[in-house]
Amino acid sequence: MAGVQLVKVTKNFGSVVAVDDFSLDIADKEFMVLLGPSGCGKSTVLRMIAGLEAPTSGEVFIGDQLMNGVAPKDRDVAMVFQSYALYPHKTVRANIEFPLKARGVDSKLRVAAVADAAAVLGLADLLDRKPGQLSGGQRQRVALARALVRDPQVFCMDEPLSNLDAKLRGETRSELVALHQRLGSTFVYVTHDQVEAMTMGSRIAVIVAGVLQQVGSPTDVYDRPANIFVATFLGTPPMNIFPAQLFEAGEHSVGVRPEHMRFVDSHSGGVEATIRLVEHLGHEVHVTGVLADGTVVVARHGGEEASPQSGDMVTVSAEARHRHRFDVSGRRLA
Amino acid sequence: MATNTAVAKQQKSWRIYGRYALLMLVTLIVVFPIYATVLSAFKSGPDSLDHPRSLLPTGLTLDTMRAAWNLGHMGRLLWNSLFVSVAVTIGVIITSVLAAYAFTFINFRGRRFVFGFCLATLLVPVEATVVINQRLIDSFGWKNSYQGLIVPLLATAFGIFLIRQVFMTVPKELIEAASLDGVGHFGLLREVAMPLARPTLGALALFTFLGTWNQYLWPQAVVDDQEHRTIQIGLDALRSADINRFNLITAGTVIGALPIFVVLVAFQRQLVRGLTAGAIKG
Amino acid sequence: MFRRRGDGLIASAMLAPAIAILSIFVVYPLGRAVWLGHLRCDATGRKCRTSGWMQYFDVLRSSDFQHALKVTFVYALLTVPAGLVIGVGLAVLADKQIRGIGFFRTIFSSTVATSVAVASLIWFVLLQPQVGLLPDMLSMFGVMKNPGLLNDAGTALPAIAITSIWANLGFTFIIVTAALQSIPAELFESAMMDGAGGWKRFTNVTIPMLSPTLLFVSVVLVTRAFQAYAEVDLLTKGGPNPERSTETVTYLIYGQTSLVKNDIGLKSTTAVLLFVILLVLSLVQFRSLERRVHYGN
Repeated sequence: MAGVQLVKVTKNFGSVVAVDDFSLDIADKEFMVLLGPSGCGKSTVLRMIAGLEAPTSGEVFIGDQLMNGVAPKDRDVAMVFQSYALYPHKTVRANIEFPLKARGVDSKLRVAAVADAAAVLGLADLLDRKPGQLSGGQRQRVALARALVRDPQVFCMDEPLSNLDAKLRGETRSELVALHQRLGSTFVYVTHDQVEAMTMGSRIAVIVAGVLQQVGSPTDVYDRPANIFVATFLGTPPMNIFPAQLFEAGEHSVGVRPEHMRFVDSHSGGVEATIRLVEHLGHEVHVTGVLADGTVVVARHGGEEASPQSGDMVTVSAEARHRHRFDVSGRRLA
Repeated sequence: MATNTAVAKQQKSWRIYGRYALLMLVTLIVVFPIYATVLSAFKSGPDSLDHPRSLLPTGLTLDTMRAAWNLGHMGRLLWNSLFVSVAVTIGVIITSVLAAYAFTFINFRGRRFVFGFCLATLLVPVEATVVINQRLIDSFGWKNSYQGLIVPLLATAFGIFLIRQVFMTVPKELIEAASLDGVGHFGLLREVAMPLARPTLGALALFTFLGTWNQYLWPQAVVDDQEHRTIQIGLDALRSADINRFNLITAGTVIGALPIFVVLVAFQRQLVRGLTAGAIKG
Repeated sequence: MFRRRGDGLIASAMLAPAIAILSIFVVYPLGRAVWLGHLRCDATGRKCRTSGWMQYFDVLRSSDFQHALKVTFVYALLTVPAGLVIGVGLAVLADKQIRGIGFFRTIFSSTVATSVAVASLIWFVLLQPQVGLLPDMLSMFGVMKNPGLLNDAGTALPAIAITSIWANLGFTFIIVTAALQSIPAELFESAMMDGAGGWKRFTNVTIPMLSPTLLFVSVVLVTRAFQAYAEVDLLTKGGPNPERSTETVTYLIYGQTSLVKNDIGLKSTTAVLLFVILLVLSLVQFRSLERRVHYGN
């Protein structure tokens, strides 16, 4: 069993509260994504799982064992750093081998393990090169191989794709998912990119300002966001948030995703908006309009229907079932 | 469990105590000579020799310092060192900035050759040139003079390279924009290059000042009269055969070393920058 | 850069001061010394007779020069490895953000404020038999009976070496500390995750990442050792005699007891030989360590 539990974990750096009363249950073999904007504390949570930071209060369990006070090397956790942290003076082979060598693993076993890891990640030809001679994507795979070779219970990854170009990022995303399925280990993955979170995670934990906002499957978090923050963080373009009165009675806020915004006749209820911008992206169209009070509305559709023109006055609305309702504090209503 | 953390915490505090202990031990070793010297300077002659009581901060007096100042003509020595060091520093800054500018921003014929020429001089240590420089200075009639001490040191390849390094970081677009604005070379130097180089210039100034102040071989070769002696070679005169005045030399050393301590405390950042300029860049 | 009219003139004007100084006081003296090196002259340098270019080899092979060379080599051996080890050790020791570390770092850097002369005089006083503190303390603790230190042929050179090591501490500490701080923390964290303990992290991360800096420091220290003059002039004047146990090559040329003082031809020969030796040393150090040095990303 190699699940990870964080129980009421708090981390302070001086007077700054980086992680606040954070509790999370990560199941064995799960691909858990910690998602949030920069500086939200997600990396700190990851580092506490790895043992690089100690919680100010609260407990960390890996595989049901309390890990507080346990050194990183004794936790059976591997970490892939954002900058890869490869040893620049060692060859790829020596880099991958290092965790085993440091633990005194026998040389024959080491050679076999390195060969395996290299094969899985397609590094067999690069074993004698030094990191300085590799491309970004290759270096990233070496970092993965180094983590892999120890066969740990938990893989921690700190924004491993952020240093790659867009195309490579997409390819590596699917490779990582395949790797997870193949290994059957628990992955804890930190990112600020919601596309990565949505496509890779079995569950997403959304974190803002050190506080866990919501944890659930990608569809959960997308279709039933727990608060306005989660609602607007996931989804591009972000969800439109209005005061309720525009569409229905009440003091709450109503959120509608751009793909659910509809242009309707003026009689069927809805709000008037002036179209400001129509962007044709090829596979879809983004229509940006402005309400009388200045609120910006974005609608999105697949391009089969006709779009209004810039300058047109239209009425926008959304079906009741597509309206997300949030109370005054931002929390989801029903 | 809970004991796990407690044990870990205790081990951690032992490690920290151990580190502090080691730090203190090394501090004692490093500071001891300085402490002993300073203390000896503030004691009377006989007191300073009364070991191990000499290590106690008792019976302090300024008499020895005063005697050292007068007998050793410390005022003169310090002034000479200051004058020479400041003059050389100013000179090196000027020659380095001008030469570095020419190498960086002016594409003149033979640039590579002249640059190589300067590069070559980096390899020549002062020990190799003193022999002839001594004669040269003599033949100019500059023996026992300020010019003799100052002039040969007015340009260094190190200074030229350091400033050139900074000038090379000026973005090409900036230079092109300046050229379009009709700014000439001296304008570019004044408005763009110099401001960028200011921190490095500070480091170079400090470094040159320090290096010149600390020179021993060259001043000794040029000067043998009382008037133009610098502090480094003048301190020796305070060594006394009279055992009761033995600590005159420590008093003189304290007086002689004090200015540099003060300067370095004031310009710490420049010092580190100057020292690491060569080291970290590889 | 684009050329403009009058550029050549401006460039000449800007370069003139530096080039003039460097030519007259660096290049010319070197060249002239090389030339004079094959002559024998009197003190004024006016009456010279040709001795032939073999003079360089004669001086090189002379017992006096060989002796000085040996002294200088031993001196370098005493000061450089110790200086490196102590410098790195102190830098690592002080590389933790604990309370008051700034104070310790300032202390360790402090010897950079001493000139060779000042450092030598500080230790001169400490080392004097009968009056200095150290001989007193050493005999008190029974380590040595009446140690001669500077006056004893066996201990004079090591005594000067200690002065040097102490004086170089600050310099080495500052540079290695700055280099240490430039090593990305993630490398250490990664090694920690990989199971490497403190010592393994030191040998696998710290030392390799420090290698360019260590090369630089060692070149500087070796050069300083071979240029040793002021410390000898102030502490032992090349003695104790007759063994001349602290006569370094530079002292051989310029010292009070210099044998070549009065013959500018021979003086030049020796000076040029010193220059060549320094050159060779720097090159050798660069070459042999360059292979081991790794220059990072």
